[in-house]
Amino acid sequence: MLEVQDLHVYYDAIHALKGISFSVARGEIVTLLGANGAGKTTTLKTVSGLLRPRRGSVGLAGQALEGLEPHEIVRLGVAHVPEGRKIFPRLTVLENLKTGAYSRRSGSIGEDMDHVFVLFPRLKERSRQMAGTLSGGEQQMLAIGRGLMARPKLLLLDEPSMGLAPIVVEQIFETIQSINREGVTILLVEQNAAIALAVSHRGYVLETGCTILEGRSADLIHNDLVRQAYLGG
Amino acid sequence: MKKGERMKRWFVHIGLIGYIGLTCALVFYFPQSVLAFLLFEASLLLIYYAALPRTTKLFFAAVALVLLMPLLGIVNGYYLEVAIQVGIFVALALGLNIVVGFVGLLNLGFVAFYAIGAYLWAIFGSAHANEFLPGAHFPLAPSWFFVFLFLSVLVGALTGVLLGLPVLRLRGDYLAIVTLGFAEVVRALVNNLDKPINLTNGPKGISPIRRPPLFFQPILELLGLKLDAAVLYPLYFYFLVLLMVLLVILVARRLEGSPVGRAWKAIREDEIAAAVMGIPVVRMKLLAFAVGASFAAAIGVLFAAKQVFINPESFTFMESIGVLAMVILGGMGSIPGAILGATAVTILNLQLLKGLSLWLNTLRQSGIILALPLLGSFDLSQIPAQFEPAKYERMVFGLILILMMIFRPQGILPPRRSEVKSDGAA
Repeated sequence: MLEVQDLHVYYDAIHALKGISFSVARGEIVTLLGANGAGKTTTLKTVSGLLRPRRGSVGLAGQALEGLEPHEIVRLGVAHVPEGRKIFPRLTVLENLKTGAYSRRSGSIGEDMDHVFVLFPRLKERSRQMAGTLSGGEQQMLAIGRGLMARPKLLLLDEPSMGLAPIVVEQIFETIQSINREGVTILLVEQNAAIALAVSHRGYVLETGCTILEGRSADLIHNDLVRQAYLGG
Repeated sequence: MKKGERMKRWFVHIGLIGYIGLTCALVFYFPQSVLAFLLFEASLLLIYYAALPRTTKLFFAAVALVLLMPLLGIVNGYYLEVAIQVGIFVALALGLNIVVGFVGLLNLGFVAFYAIGAYLWAIFGSAHANEFLPGAHFPLAPSWFFVFLFLSVLVGALTGVLLGLPVLRLRGDYLAIVTLGFAEVVRALVNNLDKPINLTNGPKGISPIRRPPLFFQPILELLGLKLDAAVLYPLYFYFLVLLMVLLVILVARRLEGSPVGRAWKAIREDEIAAAVMGIPVVRMKLLAFAVGASFAAAIGVLFAAKQVFINPESFTFMESIGVLAMVILGGMGSIPGAILGATAVTILNLQLLKGLSLWLNTLRQSGIILALPLLGSFDLSQIPAQFEPAKYERMVFGLILILMMIFRPQGILPPRRSEVKSDGAA
């Protein structure tokens, strides 16, 4: 479904991605692991069009994405849940969700909203509240729900566990798995390697802008390098 | 409805009618009293806050604005002038509110669009266009005013987009500085384009500018109303402004509730998140610039026709700051806030401070000598002329702004009253 080939991205003079290649098949959860500065977020931003690659290609089901504007990429079925959630604090939960459906003009928005509320019942209770008043976990749920409102075929999740209590992280990853079972392909970026490998099918390990390792998640968990670097021995 | 509630509602009705009636009577009996007129103006605020159904409120507001205000304007013509000025600034504030309040783009040069609208009609609605166009087709007939009103919306939108295209990549402070520069460029152009080709007549300004046609005069005469043009024009402009303000409010409200309005606010809250939600950020910002500018340009046409004479003095940087202050005082991103902010600041400038000066003058001329304990006596006629509040217009205004920002930074009427502070997630 998603095919990334030899991606090179620069921040002015800084060479952030030095030829990253990976692929995500339909229905998979694929995770990108790596330390700070490895290029995980940069990769997601490039896929969703926020950054332009200097070289390389990003293909979605055969269509080239590089060079398209972010809003065009959303229309093609890619939703990006950015790092740090980035919900709209002074809009209500309901307005946040409606904004997620901006790229669609069809009438089934209410249906999708109900679906988000089934996945995250807490959001329904707080639907008229300002999003900025939600707790961190609720904000993450809202960010994911808002992404789903675009009816994506591919969901990009950037560090959904960031700054959350372990129990909340667990809940959120359970929901991510059920979203995946409903047929949404997921590309997941995580620092929490243990949980990311537990829920994903395959994984890639990034280091300073390069892919250094790839494999089935079940294998990566037992890989020495991964164990030492990301799982604490 | 419970009996107690019904009683309460009747009470509110009677109170409101009583207040409006009383203040009207006061204005009729004391046509020179600023206080009486201020009390009447406050009735609109009362209507806004009254615990009544929307339709009833609208009815009261309509009676006050369509019936009572013009009647009071016949009693004292200056009141109509105040009302017209208020209307002009309300329209400007609503336009700027879209750019600053909804989308969060700080625009320090909003008055440029107002100037463009004003000069558009000034040049072609006076004989001035003959200076650079062959033949003597100008001034255009008064009925062209309406064509230019429409045209100014397009020209305003176009200049808004033209300014927006190169600068919308900038953010925050940088955008503010560029818009400031743009307004100064427009003013400098208007000031200096009297040569080599005389387009704007430079600092001398343009006059006389045609006013819109009194097409309804025959109808009024049929009804037996013979009103002099000197009375008719202020009334006419009052209703034109009222109509335009209503239109502007309607458009702003419609936009606010639409997906476009949500997209604007999303951009204000977080531009990157808005982009990945599928919102075409640049296009949406341009749209906001265009809509805001078109409001300003249209009201500029009306301003030119009302003033009959305009020159670059009316479009200074302070004017932009004034409109921005109205939006901030009222509450950024709030339509009722922008209306209230514009009204309050205009009335403060035109009436409150001048009223106080007047009062000080009467005191001075009264010849009263105050006997102050310990300090001896003080002759009120000794109060120096420098004490006149009107001389402190800017200072009083500045003080109000400072106090507001300290004690109520969200403005008088912020967008949603239930709004709770965010925990800095932005």
